[in-house]
Amino acid sequence: MGKGQIPTEEYETRNTKHKWDYKKIKQAHRIVFKYSFKKGKVERGYANRTLYINLSSKEIKEKKVTEEMKDKFTGGRGFGLKLLWDSIKPTTRWNSDENELIITTGPLCGTTQYPGSGKSLCLTVSPSTDIICDSNVGGFVGPYLKFAGFDAIEIQGKAKHDVVILIDGEKGKVLIETAPLEETNTHQLNEQLTKMYASEDTDNSRQKVSVVSSGKGAENSYWGCLNFSFYDIRRKVPRVKQAGRGGLGTVLRDKKIKAIVVKVEKVSGISNNPADPETLAKIGTKLHREIRDLDRYQCNMRAVGTAHLVEIMDEYDLLPTENYRFGSFPKASKIYSPEFYKHFTKIIPDGCWHGCTMACSKTVDGFTVMTGPYKGQKVTVDGPEYETVGCGSNMSIWDPLWILEFNFYCDTYGLDTISTGTAIAFYMEMYEYGILNKGRCDNLELCFGNYEAVLDLLHRIARGDNGEFIKVASKGIRRVKDWLIKKDWGDKDLIEDCGMESKGLEYSEYVTKESLAMQGGYGLTLKGPQHDEAWLIFMDMVNNAIPTFKDKAEALHYFPMWRTWFGLNGLCKLPWNDIEPANNAETDDPTKVPEHVQNYVDYQKAMTGKKITKEDLILQSERCYNFQRAMNVWMGRGRRKDDWIPYRSMGPVTKMEYISRKDRYDKYITEKIGISEKDIEKMNINEKMKLLYDFRQDQYQKLADAVYYRRGWTPNGVPTPQKMKQLGMNDSKMLKILQDEIDKDEKAGLNVWGGKYKKGEELPSIHPNYWKKW
Amino acid sequence: MSIEVNGKKVEWVKNETVEKLLKRMKYTFPLVVVKINDKVVPRKDFSYVKIPDKSTVAVIHMISGG
Repeated sequence: MGKGQIPTEEYETRNTKHKWDYKKIKQAHRIVFKYSFKKGKVERGYANRTLYINLSSKEIKEKKVTEEMKDKFTGGRGFGLKLLWDSIKPTTRWNSDENELIITTGPLCGTTQYPGSGKSLCLTVSPSTDIICDSNVGGFVGPYLKFAGFDAIEIQGKAKHDVVILIDGEKGKVLIETAPLEETNTHQLNEQLTKMYASEDTDNSRQKVSVVSSGKGAENSYWGCLNFSFYDIRRKVPRVKQAGRGGLGTVLRDKKIKAIVVKVEKVSGISNNPADPETLAKIGTKLHREIRDLDRYQCNMRAVGTAHLVEIMDEYDLLPTENYRFGSFPKASKIYSPEFYKHFTKIIPDGCWHGCTMACSKTVDGFTVMTGPYKGQKVTVDGPEYETVGCGSNMSIWDPLWILEFNFYCDTYGLDTISTGTAIAFYMEMYEYGILNKGRCDNLELCFGNYEAVLDLLHRIARGDNGEFIKVASKGIRRVKDWLIKKDWGDKDLIEDCGMESKGLEYSEYVTKESLAMQGGYGLTLKGPQHDEAWLIFMDMVNNAIPTFKDKAEALHYFPMWRTWFGLNGLCKLPWNDIEPANNAETDDPTKVPEHVQNYVDYQKAMTGKKITKEDLILQSERCYNFQRAMNVWMGRGRRKDDWIPYRSMGPVTKMEYISRKDRYDKYITEKIGISEKDIEKMNINEKMKLLYDFRQDQYQKLADAVYYRRGWTPNGVPTPQKMKQLGMNDSKMLKILQDEIDKDEKAGLNVWGGKYKKGEELPSIHPNYWKKW
Repeated sequence: MSIEVNGKKVEWVKNETVEKLLKRMKYTFPLVVVKINDKVVPRKDFSYVKIPDKSTVAVIHMISGG
């Protein structure tokens, strides 16, 4: 035992203890409808059926998972896309009755031998983007759902009153019960439900219950996240991980679901019934050792989680500060990971699923809440992760305790920290410019660094405050941009350029101005600017390893496909490249971590018993990736115009930004645009900024050209029927839709390159209709 | 007299070690792979391996992001 540690059995969180009248709460429950199912056995990673619940028609049924579905969609996010394709319409919006909330697992989900194998993938039509949003999350729900008997749960329709959905893998029952008296906010609701639904009053029994919940913030905003619980047997509290992006929690509450509770009979190392358990154990053990021996010299995830990135991003000018105006700040060291390490509980392993040696889910126990309805109470705060700390920086909040406060309330109110933080940072910048002011902000002084105003805004959203600003602000940047422009309170271009959203979704926390590839990693995406498709900043900006458009396009093909694969299988991406084998540097392509790629080939093979190569993994992803893009097209999006990104992510919007990095931009104009130093000296700042603006906008369009070409799409970004067929995706309805949409684009003259190519510059293809032959 | 570091032309400094070059380039991230003319330099040798004139240096930051 290390210095300062105590035995875990003696550990107390010191959290505030609540006393609820459980008898009264339970008595208020009424079963609305129910269903019995035969308990099944998971075979080679699949339960081979999904569960469908319609809250409007009160229908529950099982759907068979066919071999064809497994071959084409693999599992996880792929299954979610297939279920949505079969159930929604192109006109379905987030609050339509037919919209679905889907939670999926994946064939490798629930494995305890290989680190990072407890992820669920959640999908819905997003309130922020009007297209499908997928979001991954740890916690016990996914594995328990599969071991209860289902590869996915699909919820359609809306309940009339607040309900809890119980999926009881112990008794083989699904119950839809009214739940009028439980709390709504996550930290209290989870405590209540975990205790109420445990078969016995023991920690072991509570650990077999996992809860999906959201909170009051999700009810009143478009930023609702899903919290997935995992009962921490040492701390004796249900902890949570978040499916944050795209408003999944908003959809949950719109359906009047207070919570989904999944109970499991037992979990063991062979619950997935793998085809080759020996190989699985062997590759798992190898990675466990690697993490144990090397993590402390690499990312230090076991000590500080993803927060280790804060200091790196600051040092390389990539940490978003004051709404992405800057990438570093003199006060940033106040929120470096050692500052959070001081607060983290250090004696207890922090995995969000059994067997994850990486254990990066850090926690602050006994945190004293400083504001709002829980002021003075002591709570467990899950996190903060890098993104949440980055939100602090973006709002110019440099106090770790206020970042923890923001983190706690976002989680318990069911708000995505990323969308919330990024949006508020934008509102703060608008406040600084006078486009917003105290009067226009319903009496909030929303200037940079005002943490009290930030928390006040969260509390007012959660209370359902009817102020005009509160109502529109809680719907995110896109709606606020439209509102500000409509009110004519500021310059339209400035508003559009500063608000960091694309497709209606707020950016995650990286400054991309100097990395064209990462601009594509945010813009040329399916759901919007989330870094889970590609993170190419260092490869592009620092390592200079992908200098040409073709190189960048290759990276924007390979990495999104590779990263998609984790979501098809129920895996966490972190053990792929946040830990590296000791000899990784000596391999042909260290950025891909070839040894770990081989691990995943062996892992899927050992689970499913199928013959698989590393190329097959990419093919699995490519099928689903293109299917999702095709669904975007079907829903009226998925075109070049929809891959637009704000200029703040490409370059300096304001003079202050240019001046703060003048040497860098002047040098860029010389080296990339070819203006001599002498001529630059003669130019004023407006002229230089205009030159940079035009050049970088064109660079982005040329990148889109190269990426669409590499992905086998039309120059307007549409996957072609030929490409879909090549991938084995032959759904005739989808192929017809794609052809019709391509024909429409052709008529409208949209199947043309977006970049302005000078003589001698290489086009992605000399044949403008290249896709017809594919 | 110059060297190329991550594709950029940089002034060559006599007797400069890998460690000093990283400092000069402000490459503070600890987990880097350094190759001089395609040959990996072991981390333990950073403090004494010198950068030859006209060499091509790759400093690969092994960072994964979020």
